[in-house]
Amino acid sequence: MKKLDSSLKNMMMVLVGVAFISGGLLAWVNHITEKPITLQQDKALADGIKAVMGAENVTVTGNDTVYKNVDNIKLAFILHLIGTQGTAVESVVNGFGGPLRILVGFNTKGKILGYTILQTSETPGLGSKASTWFQKGGKGNIIGRQGGSLMVKKDGGDVDAITASTITSRAFLKAVNQAYQAIKNREGCK
Amino acid sequence: MKKYLDIIKNGLIKENPTFVLLLGMCPTLATTTSAINGMSMGFATMVVLICTNFVISCIKNVTPDMIRIPVFVVVIATFVTILQLFIKAYAPDIDKALGIYIPLIVVNCIILGRAEAFACKNSPLASVFDGIGIGLGFAFALTLLGSIRELLGAGSIFGIHLLPESLNILLFVLPPGAFITLGYLISIFNKLKKA
Repeated sequence: MKKLDSSLKNMMMVLVGVAFISGGLLAWVNHITEKPITLQQDKALADGIKAVMGAENVTVTGNDTVYKNVDNIKLAFILHLIGTQGTAVESVVNGFGGPLRILVGFNTKGKILGYTILQTSETPGLGSKASTWFQKGGKGNIIGRQGGSLMVKKDGGDVDAITASTITSRAFLKAVNQAYQAIKNREGCK
Repeated sequence: MKKYLDIIKNGLIKENPTFVLLLGMCPTLATTTSAINGMSMGFATMVVLICTNFVISCIKNVTPDMIRIPVFVVVIATFVTILQLFIKAYAPDIDKALGIYIPLIVVNCIILGRAEAFACKNSPLASVFDGIGIGLGFAFALTLLGSIRELLGAGSIFGIHLLPESLNILLFVLPPGAFITLGYLISIFNKLKKA
């Protein structure tokens, strides 16, 4: 078969045709993967909530979003209310390499039950250690602590910062503190 | 059959995209912080490369020369988006590790390079084999690079701890470690190729 000439008509037809086919294909793939993707995200969130509340059976009794101004930026905190057990809060701050999104669980008295990192772009091998560093048994254990005013040692607090990752540690604790404030704010509104 | 085996061997060794052609340096350096990340990226690129090589080879005669690049890019972008959606839907762990690098496969010069240099001049079957060969070469290079960096930087390979933490050299997980390791690997590869 001879190669098509580069005439204006041919070029337009081919480009429109290729765009049309790929558009259709993508719409179809999007359609069949839409459901599994939502399922995965829901599952990831449900698993996260279970992990941070430190309980096997967790029933989310309500969701709420609290808006708060932090450093003149309006941030949304998503609260997952879990009956008498407490609240799991999604909180975002700017880390060292980009947004650091965490899910942190508090009991009704404001004690930290657990946390998990939902999204991170921290330095591999350094800041990315945040996912284990502040857990129970980690060097900077914050589980069981009262939320609200956690600070790294460098800033006058008593939490061990991740070695060579003070900025990530600061950001992480800020996210935890803000999550706690978000719960307080919501209670204050009532 | 020998012809096709030669094409695969060519991609793996003689024209290894990472060590010989030095193509696709951005994903090579960015995603090889661990062996598993490097391997996933390598195979993701291979899947896209095989598909795009095949399609581009099939449509080479109906694509006018003057617009071949935009047509290739649309084909590549389509396959990458499909791959990304499937990974999001069925392999959330890979999505977590490589999420932001998958869209970058679109502008990976290995893929456009093979489309230009091979697929638009050869038969669809040969192009598929070229995709397999180059893809394997890329995956092999990334896995090797990732293993070395993970071993030296974090003391493990594929998450299995082999060295005590006190022997870790953090530098190798960071970008400079990628350049150093890649430089040494290229020199070793060149030495082996000459021998």
